[in-house]
Amino acid sequence: MRNSFLRSCWGATLFFFILLARSKADDRNPFANDPKAAKAGEYEFRINCALCHGLGARGGGRGPDLTRAQKKHTHSDAEMFQVISNGLPGTAMPANGTNGQGVGMTDEEIWQIITYIRSVEVKAPAKPIGNVAHGKELFYGDANCSLCHMIDGKGGRLGPDLTGVGGSRTGESIIDSVRNPSRRLAWGLTEATKEFPQEYETVTVVTADGKEIKGVALNEDNFSVQMMDSNEQIYLLEKDKLRSFKKSRESMMPVFSADVLSDKDLDDIVAYLVGLGVK
Amino acid sequence: MKCDQPWKSGPFSAESGARKKSRGFSPGVAAQGLKPKIKSTQRGAEASLFHAALKLTFAVSLAALFGLLFSAYAAAQVTPDRLIDASKEPQNWLTYSGDYSGRRFSSLDQINTTNARSLTAKWVYQTAATGKLETTPLVVDGVLYATAQDDRAFALDARTGRPVWMYQRQLPQDIRPCCGHVNRGLAILDDKVFLGTLDAHVIALDSKTGNVIWDVTAAEYQKGYSFTVAPLAVKNLIIIGVSGGEYGVRGFIDAYDALTGARRWRFYTVPGPGEAGHETWEGDSWKVGGAPAWNTGTYDPVTNQIFWPTGNPAPSNRGAGRAGDNLYSNSLLALDADTGKLNWYFQFTKHDEHDWDATQVPIIIDSAGKHLIAQANRNGFFYLLDRSSGKLISATAYGKQTWSDSKDSEGRPVAKKEASPTLEGHTVCPGALGTTNFMAPTFDPQTNLFYVTSRDQCDIFSTAPQPYEAGHAYYGSAYFPSDEAEPYRGFLKAIDPLTGHIKWQFEHTSPTWSGALSTAGGLVFTGDAEGNFIALDTTTGKPLWHFQMGGAVYAAPMAFAVDGKEYVAIAAGSAVYAFGLP
Repeated sequence: MRNSFLRSCWGATLFFFILLARSKADDRNPFANDPKAAKAGEYEFRINCALCHGLGARGGGRGPDLTRAQKKHTHSDAEMFQVISNGLPGTAMPANGTNGQGVGMTDEEIWQIITYIRSVEVKAPAKPIGNVAHGKELFYGDANCSLCHMIDGKGGRLGPDLTGVGGSRTGESIIDSVRNPSRRLAWGLTEATKEFPQEYETVTVVTADGKEIKGVALNEDNFSVQMMDSNEQIYLLEKDKLRSFKKSRESMMPVFSADVLSDKDLDDIVAYLVGLGVK
Repeated sequence: MKCDQPWKSGPFSAESGARKKSRGFSPGVAAQGLKPKIKSTQRGAEASLFHAALKLTFAVSLAALFGLLFSAYAAAQVTPDRLIDASKEPQNWLTYSGDYSGRRFSSLDQINTTNARSLTAKWVYQTAATGKLETTPLVVDGVLYATAQDDRAFALDARTGRPVWMYQRQLPQDIRPCCGHVNRGLAILDDKVFLGTLDAHVIALDSKTGNVIWDVTAAEYQKGYSFTVAPLAVKNLIIIGVSGGEYGVRGFIDAYDALTGARRWRFYTVPGPGEAGHETWEGDSWKVGGAPAWNTGTYDPVTNQIFWPTGNPAPSNRGAGRAGDNLYSNSLLALDADTGKLNWYFQFTKHDEHDWDATQVPIIIDSAGKHLIAQANRNGFFYLLDRSSGKLISATAYGKQTWSDSKDSEGRPVAKKEASPTLEGHTVCPGALGTTNFMAPTFDPQTNLFYVTSRDQCDIFSTAPQPYEAGHAYYGSAYFPSDEAEPYRGFLKAIDPLTGHIKWQFEHTSPTWSGALSTAGGLVFTGDAEGNFIALDTTTGKPLWHFQMGGAVYAAPMAFAVDGKEYVAIAAGSAVYAFGLP
């Protein structure tokens, strides 16, 4: 009896140490600074991550620039491992193996990707590209951004909430969206990572009683459309009861060309948005 | 391993004694079997009229209840002959595609163009699983058999959706399915249903209890082998093709003895040394050449040939290192059902570098004395072949494609050199998901039209060299939505298979993964990514009815009848739905 008790104790202790050893192993990147692993990681990154984070990890339309040394959600390699493994609920970042881009990665492959990301990080913080305070002033003032966009609960509803945009998109892609708002309405082209497929298409309908409504599609299927007009009025409509239904990928957002919004002012606004993303 | 929760709450929890008594009875026999019980109750009536009346009421109710339960439950044996003549019993749905031709057509016409608008949901069965449902149910004499994520299988009362039994495989943690823990359905033969598992086993379950009758290992799941396909029962064999094209498996199609599980033959879709076709592989690339066979083929009982389609060579998007045509990847194989011997093959995409598996269901069509087989291929072309020789008759683009602008002497579309993926990446249409994919098509012998779900999407294909390592992903590529691309578009297209001409197309709000079913009622049923189940007119493509199911569709519909009432069923979200007239 006593023997069996002792054996149990030993067993439990051994198990505890194995667990401890294992969790320690999981916390440390076994390939840190290994250039060979970084190269393998580069290809893994192409296959699994570049879809959103862009080739070279410099960010795409939907995923943040990972060459920034300061990241919003992760600091240590272990945190990065967790985020890649489990995803980030509430964002477009999926758990490993669930993005529809083929199979999941092994732990080893995830560490290789982390090694790669570390190898391409720009160590020196980039110079601020603009004046954050002035950008905020413009956002809520003369540039009229806040008429349609919300940040931290303040602003309009017609366009996307931009609270997190600096964390998920590069400055270049934000500038592109301001200068050419119709080029790509929303970057939700892949079903796998779009839980709610709002792409901000412009919808113009004429109702049975002859009323024309123009607005942004909130959602749509073959038989119904849910939309918001520029007064932030929501309409829930059945298509077969409409006189006409037209959908366009011309954004309702006006084109902010350089003579309407100077490069410098736009840089200030982007600096404000990107600053929000890494706070 | 049986999941016992729904079992306990199911109809049999209180009736287990009676279940034993009526075991194996057909509906008529089940009712007879209960007769003596009623008689003995009636004898007791001599003692007290009131008591007897009470007893009689109870017995009749019990008999009625048993009758209801077992008329649906007690299926007759599904013989090989019944499978051959499946179209003669349209109340049942006996194979993945309904019958051996693969046409996914139901000759039931109770639900038709005049009354489709009054269709209603009859029942919904929640699988309590997460992820995609790709299953097509089978129905035999009132019992519906289907599968769900993580190798669940279940039998339901087809009129009510109430479970009769449930099975869930205990899967290892480290299985390697490429694209979700999915399964596309079962095969049925005699008193067993057959399931291919994600850990590369083939198992036979008792169709009355879900008990495991036999369980055989087909391949090492640790190396990336798995099964997601609905097997096909042919004669006394269970035919099944393997998945794993993303892991550098060596593909195969197997045949197992339905009674014992003994493997009768295996056809390797990548020929080994000394075999014809081996020369189409560079060096040792054949060892990890892929060419899986993950979708259900069709069968011609007259010539005793199985027509089974195969998938991409591995690595899927990188041709360097596997120079050659890479036979028999992306091909249609005509195999002798008894021996697995190759009679002919037709390769749709030679030396594929875009992951365009040719695993779409090939449909047997007879027209004006010609024995044909048609496939709407993932590469964007619709192919019509002579099924006695495998000779190509025509290949016509049915969706947006940029990879081919010429044909070889046989009429096969040939890839442009510049369509190959590069390190920097460039745009090719269709994209990696293809013009179509695993979505089951349907052929309607009344309209002579072939209906298929299609997608217009272009991708940037770039290579990413990956060394082979057993059990690790091995596809050597990355693909992205093209910046230049228009928004993706999805359709149901009605194609004249003889000309390749598109007679009509119905555009979805966004591309869908749903298959399609055509019926003698003049209807074609399909689902959409927004969760609608839709009935369209087979001749015009006009939608006549829809129902919002609340979950995207990745499965294909089927039809059956019980007690003279027609139903149409489909899986969406994590549930199976059945619809009928009020």
